[in-house]
Amino acid sequence: MTTEFWNGNRAAAEAARQARVEVVAAYPITPQTHTVEYLSEYVAAGRLNARLVRVESEHSALSACCGASAVGARTFTASCSQGLQLMSEVLYFASGMRFPIVMAIANRTLSVPVSIWADHQDTLVNRDCGWIQLYAASVQEVYDLVLMAFRTAEDPRVVLPAMVAYDGFILSHASEPVETLSDEVVKDLLPPAPPHLRPLLDTKDPKQLGEVLFPDFYPDIEYKKHRALEESLAVLGEAFEDFRSRTGRRLSAVETHGCADAEIVIVGLGSMMQTARHAATRLRAEGMKVGVAQVRVYRPFPERELARAVAGARTVLVLDRDIGYGSAGMVYPDVTRALYHAPSRPDVLNFIVGTGGKDITPKTIERCVELGRGGYRGMSVFWPDARGPAEGIPYTPGVKACPCG
Amino acid sequence: MSVRLKDLPTEELLHKGNLACAGCPEMIGFRHVLRALGPETIVINATGCLAVITQMGVPLVPHFHVLFENAPAVVSGIDDALRVQGRREGVNLLVVAGDGGTADIGLGSLSGAIERGQDFIYVCFDNEMYMNTGGQRSGTTPYLARTTTTPVGVESRGEPRTEMRRKDMVEIAVAHGIPYAASASIGYPLDLVERVEKAARVRGPTYIHVHSPCPTGWGMEPSKTVEAAQLAVKTGCVVLYEVEEGKRRVTRPVARRAPVEEYLKLQARFRHVVADPAALAEVQRGVDERHAAILARMA
Amino acid sequence: MGLEKYEAFVRRARSTLTYDPGWSRENMTGAWRTMRPVRDAELCTSCALCWLFCPDACIAPVTFDVDLAYCKGCGICANECKVGAISMQREPE
Repeated sequence: MTTEFWNGNRAAAEAARQARVEVVAAYPITPQTHTVEYLSEYVAAGRLNARLVRVESEHSALSACCGASAVGARTFTASCSQGLQLMSEVLYFASGMRFPIVMAIANRTLSVPVSIWADHQDTLVNRDCGWIQLYAASVQEVYDLVLMAFRTAEDPRVVLPAMVAYDGFILSHASEPVETLSDEVVKDLLPPAPPHLRPLLDTKDPKQLGEVLFPDFYPDIEYKKHRALEESLAVLGEAFEDFRSRTGRRLSAVETHGCADAEIVIVGLGSMMQTARHAATRLRAEGMKVGVAQVRVYRPFPERELARAVAGARTVLVLDRDIGYGSAGMVYPDVTRALYHAPSRPDVLNFIVGTGGKDITPKTIERCVELGRGGYRGMSVFWPDARGPAEGIPYTPGVKACPCG
Repeated sequence: MSVRLKDLPTEELLHKGNLACAGCPEMIGFRHVLRALGPETIVINATGCLAVITQMGVPLVPHFHVLFENAPAVVSGIDDALRVQGRREGVNLLVVAGDGGTADIGLGSLSGAIERGQDFIYVCFDNEMYMNTGGQRSGTTPYLARTTTTPVGVESRGEPRTEMRRKDMVEIAVAHGIPYAASASIGYPLDLVERVEKAARVRGPTYIHVHSPCPTGWGMEPSKTVEAAQLAVKTGCVVLYEVEEGKRRVTRPVARRAPVEEYLKLQARFRHVVADPAALAEVQRGVDERHAAILARMA
Repeated sequence: MGLEKYEAFVRRARSTLTYDPGWSRENMTGAWRTMRPVRDAELCTSCALCWLFCPDACIAPVTFDVDLAYCKGCGICANECKVGAISMQREPE
């Protein structure tokens, strides 16, 4: 095990290389581009025996992965934002066909207004397409989770595609120390393609794929896909445990910091949870019992793990780096669902922060705690970032909280 | 050396019980395309009639129905995966799609796959409209043809885009520097088999555009499918030619073209044209112009 | 095809849907037919055009017998026969 100084894109590419991917579909989009550039370099340098499909669009990128997967190859691609939206149709196709493709996503918001900066809008609008979704909070996690994604996606109990999301620029471009594994260790973690992943398209055993299914049987197949995704949580748990025993590094579906005695727990995805930890430590020094629960596995949603993590809390603050227009942040409904039947049902409030790459500083987190510490008072969704007629005031229905006035 | 009927293998690579309309041209074409390629073939099928009518296991070879516009991208992944695994030799990768999937929604993906030089045989069955959805116009619909989205009425005489600006898929493929491209017709299956066999011998992308008169969409008796296909060639509405490394050659020359009316009068979609001498003359002029332009490109 | 047969057809391998070739043979498309091709063996020159042009591969390659279980009665064979050896005759009610 050596320590390298890598950015998130490099970490994702190195993990894919060590996973011995056979086909990589490459198409550029900021801030993901370096991932496929690194992989191109590995192939050019003979460090990776793979074919690069330099496709002409993201739609084709994921389609090429589907083709490669249909003949039993391990495949990888990377995308984000508009590119991920262009792929949208193929996302469902990949999960419906049960292709265990792994995709890295350097999270970036959706146009317009044009922004190349991070938020989780792009992956969250695609949360229900039958893919496993993992969210990294550090470059180390990017590396670890890409390996875990391959392992879980290919497990015979799962056989579903997986995406590993990490915040654009904040993680994709910033370098951090990463403890890497040797190729041998990765080989043990990810054995060569298992027999159940034999080619589906094989002239020696001809089959027909992708055909119509009449309504009588459709629910059976949908249920099966849903169950496989649910079961992947336990499979991920096993993978995390195996990973810990080999590397000493701990991964979990929900990572908690100071939640045991916390009265207020902050819940969210991605790198902002590192900031939240920092802010929580500061607030604790001031005597406020604040904990942080980072949701690392978002699909399947770790309902029980989350409920356990916040069991003692009076108030739960859900930070959403995204917005489900006309409703609330997109993580918020998942959290409320998980806690609705909890024995001590806490107040759950939603904060829309850091959309379009707006910095989330410890001050942002402190502001959320300040607004939410009193619990529910007739309002559940707050926009501490947004300026408007009611400058800096929490959003209330009927009050425009938009910089356009 | 042209293919003779008695040389054709009689083994069928399609099971019976397909769901095609009676007199379906695509089934005639697909039958012979598979015959030409043999059992070591993987079929990647873009959404369209063929994907629907061959379901429940009609093909005896691996058959993958993908999305509407991504078949060339999927075949790219298959091509590269088989290469990296050392299993590419001896397998034909056949993409089949309609004119909608090829000339319209799938054009970008096809262009990318040809330009990258992926190794596949692309066969487009062109019935000049979207028939899987019931007959809407496409990029290859001929001038003045009636479709459900180009109806005939006081303000409209059918498809308004002139014959010269119809998408010419063979030429679009050739513009990519494709090693082999050809036009063919279901009316001439031996010629089609020869084109496909030739394409199979080429390393790299190949494109074959197969004219497929659709009795359901065009308003013809189902028995007239083959007759219409042959008339399209005899009237010069369709020119059968191949392009090998940029060199063009007419594969089925027509000594004296028949008047276009003979072809149009079989089809209800042209009833308003056949009834109107001015419109008929206009269509004839368009066909003449297009025919001359194609022949002028021959070496 | 009955639901039971269809259920048997929906075979699940690798947690996904892959269909075995040949289930279409349960679709007896001959039932669609209103006109049936009748071949006059005297006139037939065994040119095989009917075999060549049949969309449904319903004409046997050597005997030119019609597989009436699947023939949809499109009439292409009769239309293309150069010597008029095939006629289309109305199916009995």
